[in-house]
Amino acid sequence: MKKSEKKARLPFFGIGKILPYLKNYKKALTVMLIGSLVGSIIDISVPLFQRYALNHFISGGTLDTLLVFIILYLLIIVSCAALNYASTYQGTAVEVGVDKDLRNDAFEHLQTLSFSYFNQNSVGYIHSRVMSDTSRIGTLVSWTLLDSIWQLSYLVGASAVMLSLNARLALLVLAVLPVTVLLFSFFQARLTKLNREIREQNSVITGAFNEGITGARTIKTLVIEELMGRSFTAETEKQRKMTVKAARMRGLFASTMHFASSLALAIVLWKGGIIAKTQIGTFSLFMSYAQGMMEPVRWVVDAISDLITTQVNIERLDRLLHTEPDVTDSDEVIAIYGDSFEPKKENWEPIKGDIKFDDVSFKYPDGDEYVLEHFSLDIPFGTSVAIVGETGAGKSTLANLICRFYEPSTGRILIDGKDLKERSQLWMHSAIGYVLQSPHLFSGTVRENLLYGNPDASEKQINEALKLVSAEEMVGRLENGLDTDVGEGGDMLSTGEKQLICFARAVLTDPRILVLDEATASVDTLTEQKIQAAVEKVIKGRTSIIIAHRLSTVRNSDVILVVQNGKIVERGKHEELMSERGFYYRLYTRQYEDEATFSALN
Amino acid sequence: MKEKEKKQFNRKLLMCFLKGSKRIFALSMLMAAVSALADMLSPQIVRLAVDNVISHNSGSSDPILVKLSSFLGGTDYLRANIWVLALSLIAVALLKAVSIYLFRVSNTAASEKLTKTMRDTLFVHVEHLPFSWHMKHRTGDIIQRCTSDIDTLKGFISEQMTSIFRIVILLAFSIAFMSGMNVPLTLIAMAPVPVILAYSVSFHKKIGAAFLDCDENEGKLSSIAQENLTGVRVVRAFGRERQERDRFFAQNEYYTGLWMKLARPLSMYWSIGDVISGTQILLITVFGSVFCIKDRMLPGEFIAFLSYASMLTWPVRMLGRLIAEMSKAGVSIDRIADIMRSKEEKETGKALKAPMDGDIVFDNVCFSYDNGPEVLKNVSFKVSKGTTVGILGGTGSGKSTLMLLLDKLYELPESNGSITVGGTDIRDIETKHLRENIGMVLQEPYLFSRTIAENIAITREKADMKKIVEASRAACLDETVKAFSKGYETFVGERGVTLSGGQKQRAAIARTLIRDTPILIFDDSLSAVDTETDAKIRASLEKRFGSACVFLISHRITTLSRADNIVVLDKGRVIEQGSHDTLKNAGGLYQKICEIQSGAETEAAV
Repeated sequence: MKKSEKKARLPFFGIGKILPYLKNYKKALTVMLIGSLVGSIIDISVPLFQRYALNHFISGGTLDTLLVFIILYLLIIVSCAALNYASTYQGTAVEVGVDKDLRNDAFEHLQTLSFSYFNQNSVGYIHSRVMSDTSRIGTLVSWTLLDSIWQLSYLVGASAVMLSLNARLALLVLAVLPVTVLLFSFFQARLTKLNREIREQNSVITGAFNEGITGARTIKTLVIEELMGRSFTAETEKQRKMTVKAARMRGLFASTMHFASSLALAIVLWKGGIIAKTQIGTFSLFMSYAQGMMEPVRWVVDAISDLITTQVNIERLDRLLHTEPDVTDSDEVIAIYGDSFEPKKENWEPIKGDIKFDDVSFKYPDGDEYVLEHFSLDIPFGTSVAIVGETGAGKSTLANLICRFYEPSTGRILIDGKDLKERSQLWMHSAIGYVLQSPHLFSGTVRENLLYGNPDASEKQINEALKLVSAEEMVGRLENGLDTDVGEGGDMLSTGEKQLICFARAVLTDPRILVLDEATASVDTLTEQKIQAAVEKVIKGRTSIIIAHRLSTVRNSDVILVVQNGKIVERGKHEELMSERGFYYRLYTRQYEDEATFSALN
Repeated sequence: MKEKEKKQFNRKLLMCFLKGSKRIFALSMLMAAVSALADMLSPQIVRLAVDNVISHNSGSSDPILVKLSSFLGGTDYLRANIWVLALSLIAVALLKAVSIYLFRVSNTAASEKLTKTMRDTLFVHVEHLPFSWHMKHRTGDIIQRCTSDIDTLKGFISEQMTSIFRIVILLAFSIAFMSGMNVPLTLIAMAPVPVILAYSVSFHKKIGAAFLDCDENEGKLSSIAQENLTGVRVVRAFGRERQERDRFFAQNEYYTGLWMKLARPLSMYWSIGDVISGTQILLITVFGSVFCIKDRMLPGEFIAFLSYASMLTWPVRMLGRLIAEMSKAGVSIDRIADIMRSKEEKETGKALKAPMDGDIVFDNVCFSYDNGPEVLKNVSFKVSKGTTVGILGGTGSGKSTLMLLLDKLYELPESNGSITVGGTDIRDIETKHLRENIGMVLQEPYLFSRTIAENIAITREKADMKKIVEASRAACLDETVKAFSKGYETFVGERGVTLSGGQKQRAAIARTLIRDTPILIFDDSLSAVDTETDAKIRASLEKRFGSACVFLISHRITTLSRADNIVVLDKGRVIEQGSHDTLKNAGGLYQKICEIQSGAETEAAV
């Protein structure tokens, strides 16, 4: 879900926030700006050559200076091209450079942000901050800037030349400009709004396609193909109308520009035609400038509108870069243990694996109810804790706290007798093996995924880990064994296969503490059995926190915590809880029946 | 499929898409031609002014110019009233403004019409493709084809094709008008055009691969970010922030490097292009001057030449790029054609609108998917009007297949037994009519991203709030919904509240109940609902069933026991059949399951 966009506007279109990023590209920026400035000045001089040809050669009937003329003209062409080359090349350097730096900063900052941030903002939203806001800003400080300099100086230069040659005529021509600017600005503002609406409508249509295809089977059983078709057609009709409306605006824009050019030309002919008698070259020069001036005006109007729209991107990115993480390591801790990017592993003490909750109360940053109140629990090394309860009952809270993804509102969590806050987050994370409920793999090979938590593991260690979780045979069956590509998000593998690999990945780090969120998703019976066997083997000799769904796991645990509506309602060993005949008893018997039924039926 | 047939199909498809927009495209092309003509006219007016009106010499005897001059009142009149010429410039400008406006608008109107036709055709087609097609195809890929491939195709027709046409017209007109004034100078002025064109085409063909490489690497960078965000828990839990950062930085650096590598040839291309077009103007300036001095040309003609040449500079360069990129659309049309070639569901039998409230009889039904192993073997049972049948079976027992066959989502082949409703073979019943009378709740229901009220009433054109609440109550959803701050107006999905599995199932039940169908199917529809709610829903549903035939697929005895008849399926066969009272002591699978769920065995196990 999107966080509500604050409307705090940054001054000067937020440019101030971008300036520090330009520092690294001072040289490129300078070349770009000077190149475009000089380039446009030379560009202005081209009509002057034609004026000379008309005034001197044609009217004078002589070719005396032709060679010098050609050489000079060629020089102008080549130097203009060279300047153009330099400024566009450096323009690209500024664009991709600023773009890269912004992306890097955004990405790095995201690595330090807390889970509450990721819970409150959708992946899509954050992703476009990193990828598209940055690129809009990159374009603004390079191409938009380069073009406006070039076009502005062309406007100024051409006006100056005209004024110096014939002030009266020049002023008449320039009189067309203000009206044009006003008209352009009017169209531009309308267009920006229309374009945004069109983009939004476009995503509505993509969404409708998505729904019509993903929900196709449901649509068939409900026999609403026609209904869905009609509502889809209505959306595409809306899109069509909007786009045509925008095209009218764009058409008016283009017509105005062409008309303004011709108007200026007509003024030159009407009021300046007489110059042609004596100074035909000057007449032609006025014609060139008069016609050539409208394009730059349009560019400048465009640039201003870009500046306004990019302000939103700057503000959003700035907000991301200034979001503070909820969980931070204190300066003293960083001094000893290092931070997440530069750990000082030499100072890290080895972990034993005792966990202790000491009067912990907790509520989620975006919630208003305490989910833990004065909770204390001693989990000595080697203990296995199972957390059971219905889906959505809040079973992952303890795991989140032990991993320090969140911090207790009050009370302490002690690891080997020391407050979790007295060590760095990375220290703790390096000691934990975490297997998530929905297995998440990164694109790359099976091997790369296995090595994720422990890049230095040997081939032998990999094989041992695979053996421990009974995934050897499964990996062997894959086309290229360990070097099989798993596809984006591991999509090339089945859910069961992914689960086994995630398991092996966690085992490979040989963690003292294992946090395991058992999957509820149905896998085939054989895989199910393998995973069950693997869990039993893996938790030996470790402290384990298991969000459990499997009966075998639950029964053998040292402590079972039963969660209902976000709160721990029962705790104890299996036998104790069963004899209490409470919520656990009901949960367990239903599950038992389900599993027995399931195996009897199959 | 043969290449030739494929091409023919593509062409036919394209023609079908263009239906309704062809004429508007033709109008836009006509307007493009008018606007190009207007572009040609104003330099001629200036030429007339310079050569025949302002100049003291006799001026040009070019028939076009003479005609133009006499049309405007003759040379002498114009000399005294130069404003007439200025006014005619404005008249031409008006023509240009109107034609360019009409071109823009009609081109967009046509291309939007085309896009709409493509999208609508594809959407309706996809909706009418058979159930089995949707089971086989990956949704991501289809969505991609329906969105970005359509955009590519639209771009090809409405931008590439029309631009090429426009530029060619402009070129042809310019050459015609130039050679009307001076053939040798036209040849000189046009000489660089093929050079620019060839250079531009070959450059864009070569650089195309590099652009693709950039795109792909941007995609990689984007998916590193995406994976990092979706896998943020894994990243943190494994303490891999540093490696993630380094991986992103490295790919970012590589991607940026690719662009910088491209920047050199790109800037070079622009600059060389500038040099060639600059040289073109230089050639005209020099040779034009020489021709003027040798009295083979007039100054007004010289100025007109310069105008035409500068008009062509950008379009010609663009033409090169357009030609180089033409082949891209071919891939897209192939990908869209793939979908369009798949056959829609068709009515095969007599399409009767038979009454649907009779007995349902499965007689010797056998079935296998795509020549695979048999999933149903000689299944026979009867569901009398107004009764409930419970179906018990493991995964792969064929229980869901049976329901899909009843709803004609898969077709039962002729020789594989029959299913009849009120004595009519369903093969002879119109599919739409059949499905409209069957309310089926799938195990993993799909909800639409609309409000809860709209979801429940999705089958209704006009939603009646009273009926919505009634259905919602029967599905035990009402209380849950009322607890949401926006109640029935709560938005479901991406932009709103995420419902739990059980809530989704209940919403799907409400959505089915509101349809009031004489046949109801619940395919394990309460699997995600907790025990207490389960019992409540069952009780309230029973009240609503009335005279409907109800199929209850479940593995819970408490659900099944209320059925009038229970069918136990194992590996595609009916192994037991009868009421709860008969089966519970029959010594079969049903009895075993009863014992498991009676709690007795649980006690023992514990």
